Amino acid sequence: MRRGRPVSNKQTRAVRLPEVSGMLVRSTIQSLFEQVAAEQERKLATLSEDTRLIDCGLDSLSFAIIVARLEDHLGVDPFSSAETTDFPVTYGDFVRLYEGIAA
Amino acid sequence: MPRKPCPLREAIAAAGASAGHLYGVRGTTDLAGLAHGSSLGDQLEELRGRSVLIAVKDPSPAALALLELDGVAARLVLCPADLPPEHMPAVARAAGCDAAVVDSAAGVAGVAGIDCCVTVGPELLPAAVRRIGSHDTEWILLTSGTTGVPRLVRHDLATLTHALADARRGTAPIVWGTFYDIRRYGGLQILLRALLGGSLVPAAPGESVPEFLERARAARVTHVSGTPSHWRKVLMSGAAAAIAPHYVRLSGEIADQAVLDAVRATYPGAIVVHAFASTEAGVGFEVRDGCAGFPASLLDAPGAEVRLTVREGTLRIHSRGNAHGYLGEDVVAFPRGPDGAIDTGDLIEQRSGRCYFLGRRGGVINVGGLKVYPEEIEAVINAHPWVRMSLVRSRRSPITGAVVIADVVLADGKPGRARPSPEELTHQLLQGCRQSLAAYKVPATIRVVPGLEVSASGKLVRPNA
Repeated sequence: MRRGRPVSNKQTRAVRLPEVSGMLVRSTIQSLFEQVAAEQERKLATLSEDTRLIDCGLDSLSFAIIVARLEDHLGVDPFSSAETTDFPVTYGDFVRLYEGIAA
Repeated sequence: MPRKPCPLREAIAAAGASAGHLYGVRGTTDLAGLAHGSSLGDQLEELRGRSVLIAVKDPSPAALALLELDGVAARLVLCPADLPPEHMPAVARAAGCDAAVVDSAAGVAGVAGIDCCVTVGPELLPAAVRRIGSHDTEWILLTSGTTGVPRLVRHDLATLTHALADARRGTAPIVWGTFYDIRRYGGLQILLRALLGGSLVPAAPGESVPEFLERARAARVTHVSGTPSHWRKVLMSGAAAAIAPHYVRLSGEIADQAVLDAVRATYPGAIVVHAFASTEAGVGFEVRDGCAGFPASLLDAPGAEVRLTVREGTLRIHSRGNAHGYLGEDVVAFPRGPDGAIDTGDLIEQRSGRCYFLGRRGGVINVGGLKVYPEEIEAVINAHPWVRMSLVRSRRSPITGAVVIADVVLADGKPGRARPSPEELTHQLLQGCRQSLAAYKVPATIRVVPGLEVSASGKLVRPNA
C-alpha cells in the first residue's frame, strides 16, 4: 500500500466487524502506523512484536490519530472498553488489543 | 418628568419613511393600513400597560403585533418560532406575562398567569384604534442557548435601533428578505431596518430555501440577510439565481473567506457585507471589503459610537446598543465587565492588522492540553473548492483526551470539472490542513457527509457547544 493515502476502499468496507479477520486487523494497523508516520513526518521504526510503542518513532498525537482512524475502520475503540485494563506497551500488545475485540 | 415615549410607529414616521409592505406566506400587508386598521381586532386597548407574550408562529402577523404594541404594552416578550413549548411557561413566569398574542388557540395552552389572550390576524382589518403611546415598552429577547431555558435579555427601542441610523430610506425602495426569525436579535434588526426604510420578506418556519427565494423574487427583494449557514444552503439549493440582490448581509456566525467569495461569485452585482452582533452586546460592526475578519483599526478607536476592545482574548463591546441586562434571577450572569463593556465570548486573533474570529470561548477543544477552535479549522477546510461547509468537532481520545474530527459537505458539481473521490478529497483536505495548521489542529479523520444540521436560528449545530 502506498504511503500517505488515507484509506483504501478495502479498509473502509472492513467496518462491518464480523467480517474482519485477524490478518486484516493486523495489516490495517500496520498501514495506519506507516500512513500516520508519513503524515506527521516521523521516522517509523521497523515494527516487530517486541517493538516498544515508546520507541517506534510516533508521538502521542500520532497514536491518538491512529486510534481514531481504527475506530472508523474497525468500529471499535478497545481503550474505552471495560475489559481493557492494561495499556499496550509493545506493538504486539497493540495489535492483540484490537484482534481481541475484533475476534 | 418622564421621557416622552417614542413608539416604533412614530420612529418610522420620523424617519420620513412612507409605509412599506410585509410579504407573508399568507399574503401581503400594506403597512399604510395601520392608520385605520389593526391586526388585533378591537383588542389593542386590552393589552395596554401589560406584559405581553408574543407567541405567534407566523413571522408576518408577529411583526404587525410588535408594530402595534410598541408604546402600548409595558413589556413585549418575543418567543421565536422554535421555542420549545415546554419552555414557554418558564419564560412567561420570568417575564411576569399577564397577556399573550397568539395565532393559534394552542399558542399558550398550559401557561399560567395569562388572563388575556388576543389572536393576531395576518392582515389589517378596519378597527377603531387609538394610536397613543403611553409606555416606554421594554422588549425582551430570548437568547438562542443550546440547552435549558433561554435567557431573557432586556432591550428597548433605543437600544434596538442604535445601529440603524443608516437604515433610512434612500431614493430607491428597499425590500429586505431575511432567513432569520424576526423574533431573535439578528432578525429583529432586519425587521426594524426594513420598517424604517422599506419592506420585508421574512422567511416562514418550515419554508424551504427555494420556496423562500421564490417569494423573495416575487417581492423584488433588494437586500437579503442570513447566517453563513443560511447562505451555504442557498448556494446548495440550485435556486440561488432566483434572486439578484444589490446587498447581501451575513451575520450570526463567523463568515469565512470561502463563503464570502462564494456569495460574491454568485451575486457579482451585490455588496457583500458581514456584520457582528449578539443579543446581549448589540451590533458590533459591519465590514464591506469582502474579506474575512475585521480591521484592527476598529479596536479602541477614539470617539467611536461602538467601542470595541479585545481583553483576555475576547471581543468586548460597549455602546448604546448594549442590552440593559438579563431579566429575573439571572442578573448576575450578565457578561458586563467593570468598564461597562459586554464580553461577547468570541475569541479574536490579530494577524497583519486584521482581527479574525477563532470561535466561541466555550467551544474550545482540548487536544492533549492544547486549545483548538473548530472554526479556525473549518475555515481552512471550507477554502477547498469542492467543500460547501464543514463541521469540526471533538472526539474523545484515550491518548490525548480529545482529537478533532471533521464532517464535510461537498459543493455541487460544476460542468467540466470532475469531482474528486471521497478518498482523494480527504487526502487533499488533510494535506491542506497540514500546510496551514499546527499538527494538533489537523483533523484525525475527515468524513464526507450528505448534510449538516443547521438550527432554526440558522447556525450550524455544534455538538460540543
